[in-house]
Amino acid sequence: MTLKTEPAITPALVRDHGLKPDEYERFKKLLGREPSFTELGICSAMWNEHCSYKSSKIHLKTLPTSGARVIHGPGENAGVVDIGDGQVIAFKMESHNHPSYIEPYQGAATGVGGILRDVFTMGARPIACLNALSFGSPSHPRTKHLVSGVVAGVGGYGNSFGVPTLGGSVYFHPRYNGNCLVNAMAVGLAKSDGIFTSAATSVGKPIVYLGSKTGRDGIHGATMASQEFGEGAEEKRPTVQVGDPFAEKLLLEATLELMASGAVIAIQDMGAAGLTSSSVEMGAKGNLGVELNLENVPCRETGMSAYEMMLSESQERMLMVLKPELEDVAKAIFIKWGLDFAVIGHTTDTKRYVVKLNGEIKADMPIKEMGDEAPEYDRPHVETAKRAVIKATDIEPPVSNADALMQLVGSPNGCSRRWVWEQYDHIILGNSVQIPGGDAAIVRLEDGPKGLAITCDVTPRYCEADPFEGGKQAVAECWRNLTAVGGEPIALTDNLNFGNPERPEIMGQFVGCIKGIGEAARVLEFPVVSGNVSLYNETNGQAILPTPTIGGIALLDDVTLNATIAFKAAGEVILVIGETTGWLGCSMYLADICGQEAGAPPPVDLLAEKRHGDFVRALIRSKHVTAVHDCSDGGLAVAIAEMALAGNMGASIKAGAYIPHHAFYFGEDQARYVITATQAEAAKINTDAKFAGIPIMSLGETGGEALTLEGEAPISLITLRNAHEHWLPEYMSRK
Amino acid sequence: MKASIIVFPGSNRERDVGRALEKAGSHVSYVWHAEHELPIGTDLVVLPGGFSYGDYLRCGAIAARAHAMDAVRAHAAKGGLVLGICNGFQILCESGLLPGVLMRNEQVRFTCRFQHLRVEQNDTAFTRDYARHQTIKVCIAHGEGNYIADSETIKRLENENRVAFRYCNEAGIIGGAANPNGATNDMAGIYSDKFNVLGMMPHPENLIDALVGGMDGLPLFTGLNRAA
Repeated sequence: MTLKTEPAITPALVRDHGLKPDEYERFKKLLGREPSFTELGICSAMWNEHCSYKSSKIHLKTLPTSGARVIHGPGENAGVVDIGDGQVIAFKMESHNHPSYIEPYQGAATGVGGILRDVFTMGARPIACLNALSFGSPSHPRTKHLVSGVVAGVGGYGNSFGVPTLGGSVYFHPRYNGNCLVNAMAVGLAKSDGIFTSAATSVGKPIVYLGSKTGRDGIHGATMASQEFGEGAEEKRPTVQVGDPFAEKLLLEATLELMASGAVIAIQDMGAAGLTSSSVEMGAKGNLGVELNLENVPCRETGMSAYEMMLSESQERMLMVLKPELEDVAKAIFIKWGLDFAVIGHTTDTKRYVVKLNGEIKADMPIKEMGDEAPEYDRPHVETAKRAVIKATDIEPPVSNADALMQLVGSPNGCSRRWVWEQYDHIILGNSVQIPGGDAAIVRLEDGPKGLAITCDVTPRYCEADPFEGGKQAVAECWRNLTAVGGEPIALTDNLNFGNPERPEIMGQFVGCIKGIGEAARVLEFPVVSGNVSLYNETNGQAILPTPTIGGIALLDDVTLNATIAFKAAGEVILVIGETTGWLGCSMYLADICGQEAGAPPPVDLLAEKRHGDFVRALIRSKHVTAVHDCSDGGLAVAIAEMALAGNMGASIKAGAYIPHHAFYFGEDQARYVITATQAEAAKINTDAKFAGIPIMSLGETGGEALTLEGEAPISLITLRNAHEHWLPEYMSRK
Repeated sequence: MKASIIVFPGSNRERDVGRALEKAGSHVSYVWHAEHELPIGTDLVVLPGGFSYGDYLRCGAIAARAHAMDAVRAHAAKGGLVLGICNGFQILCESGLLPGVLMRNEQVRFTCRFQHLRVEQNDTAFTRDYARHQTIKVCIAHGEGNYIADSETIKRLENENRVAFRYCNEAGIIGGAANPNGATNDMAGIYSDKFNVLGMMPHPENLIDALVGGMDGLPLFTGLNRAA
């Protein structure tokens, strides 16, 4: 290995590494000399947008991240919150957008693998996965291929790994034609005295490599994910990693067994930017130096250079600092699980990051400065222009509200997602109290009595119309969905997907959404404990809709006290909590029935959200309600249709006479829940709500085999179900 | 009842079935695939669901050659009870303890859903706590559950009443859309010729709790618990 084989550092090479000229100058100043080829690679891996958060950092700092339950906020592999009884939950959501567009199966699979690793690296055994997927228009030639590959990839990894995939979302919109979104969330359970972090704590300790071998896959994956696509995205296939869920399952069991043995001092998974990111982080967080001897790295291929080893994103790998006196115990565990392991370096007191290959120094850099002095930008941003409010009376009513409802429940965005979630094992581990199809998933924690509700939400068309209100709404809807099953929301993770931040209007969307998320998280006392930013989701100058996905968790002290959306018995009263003004601007009705994406989105009154939600949760916990459903996309009519289908029971609905029927049925006013109760309970709930100043209105009664909207012909449940279940399987089987 | 669950690299429902066995009152040991012997006094061996060896090569093919499987074959030869669920069923076929093979699902997709089964007879150690022709609700979660064997074997299985469960709908009607994977004659589970080995694709171990889908899987384990 001689320098002769390495290319000379030219401005073109620097540009190919994604570094701007001023960033390169900054790097040179930090080193005090010209970098080596390996050092340039390491710098590009650390300073790209994906790893450094250089455009987003100053805005992310404004988010509320603390709370009574928060043990680890952003900055660790996953956020950790206390749920009492010596138990904690570790969770996070992360995107794998760019790779999934290029190679959908592997891109999605490794997205799931990466987020699972983040969770068990903290010492938590994964108990649930969710995912939020966005695809282009169903008529775009690539969409079906992407849906099929992504869903198979998500399932292929999670099913084999052995974690239930319990929910999520699938959204179609032409603005994702050139960039699909794959946001994967994982949730794990640990003991509060069994949490592990990445900070190495003492000098001279061995750094151990564990897991699969290092190959040439995924080199520059993170850099690729920090650029827009142009023509020929397919050519970037070699930057996509290949997943092996079998290896990950072994790594999970070996890691948890190692942690239980007491041998682990620090641990970090090798995710984006592989060995580089993980080893730098261990040293920098512990305020130590690191020396690596790359000849000891287990390699899949011969003749790999230092540059390749440092930048490989081969999957299912971990780095650990172990207690030397327990090395034999650790070794026995590695051997039992048949995993590669090697001592590849040690911690030092030099605060330098030194990489050697066969004794030759390939990199020697100041470790802390590489992180602390990374570029940070306050990019110019312009606020999205406010849209005019559209009055319901200015929006054309449909010929038939019943037909409009049928169209909405059978549309690409309104139809059943069964075709998707039946490909995910959602029953394994035997704790799935609520499976996909409701407002939020619920898992029982071990043998109970506690449970955890989990969901992820965002309404991109609201965010596009008004980033601030859209950001608020994403948090509020997540909080509402968790509340609707009986949970007490305790923390969230955000996955912020946007276009090119170098464009001020995109940066404006980002800044607006963050402000909205921050405001809602503060008012709802729903802290942000982890997250991920994915920028440059843009192709040929066309950006995705701003999509800040919010993943939330909520605690149920007694998991048996949960609510589902299904109607339970005939003759019960259907009520709506929250005010119905018939807000049709930016609604699903306006988009799908009228073909217009216009108007301001519904405003979110966070104090009303909190009041209404707390009221509903108390009703669930005191068993006064029989069913609860959050009211969102498609308004009251769609919510009631979903409740009827879930319970296989019809209903008769009266419309409020104070607004046009279509506005009443399809308006998307926020802070609303549809609930059912027995006649006797309903009277009491009415009184209590009025006493508490909470808007409440009776909508009708359950019963029969049809859904009847006032003034419309009855829709039989069979017809409704066919409409709801038909579209996705038919679309996916269409040649 | 002493049950030994064999754990292969890639098994992932070993704790689920362990929980079901314990709920039924059995004593459970987990046995690593590299062991040469079963724990002394083992009455029942369970091969759990999962993706042993990542399902690489062919589902169950590598696991069938593990050291522990020699001990399982010896246990079965002596008339000991063996239950293989999902990947465990695939391993039983690959190891010669049951005839036939599990092919890719007809619709070529992994499928997870609640699934009804008809209990074909109730005079075995596995089904004694069910009624004959009872319809039970369990779940499936597999990509390769399409049971196939040569016509001679199928005929023998049918004639010897060795079909344990068949896929049916909620009303107990067999086949049609209720068959989730294309299995021959809607077979969801089959016995060995001595009825001491049962292989089945569906997961009774996940239906042992009213809060989590239902209780219809539990009688299989309570029945087994009475076997010793």
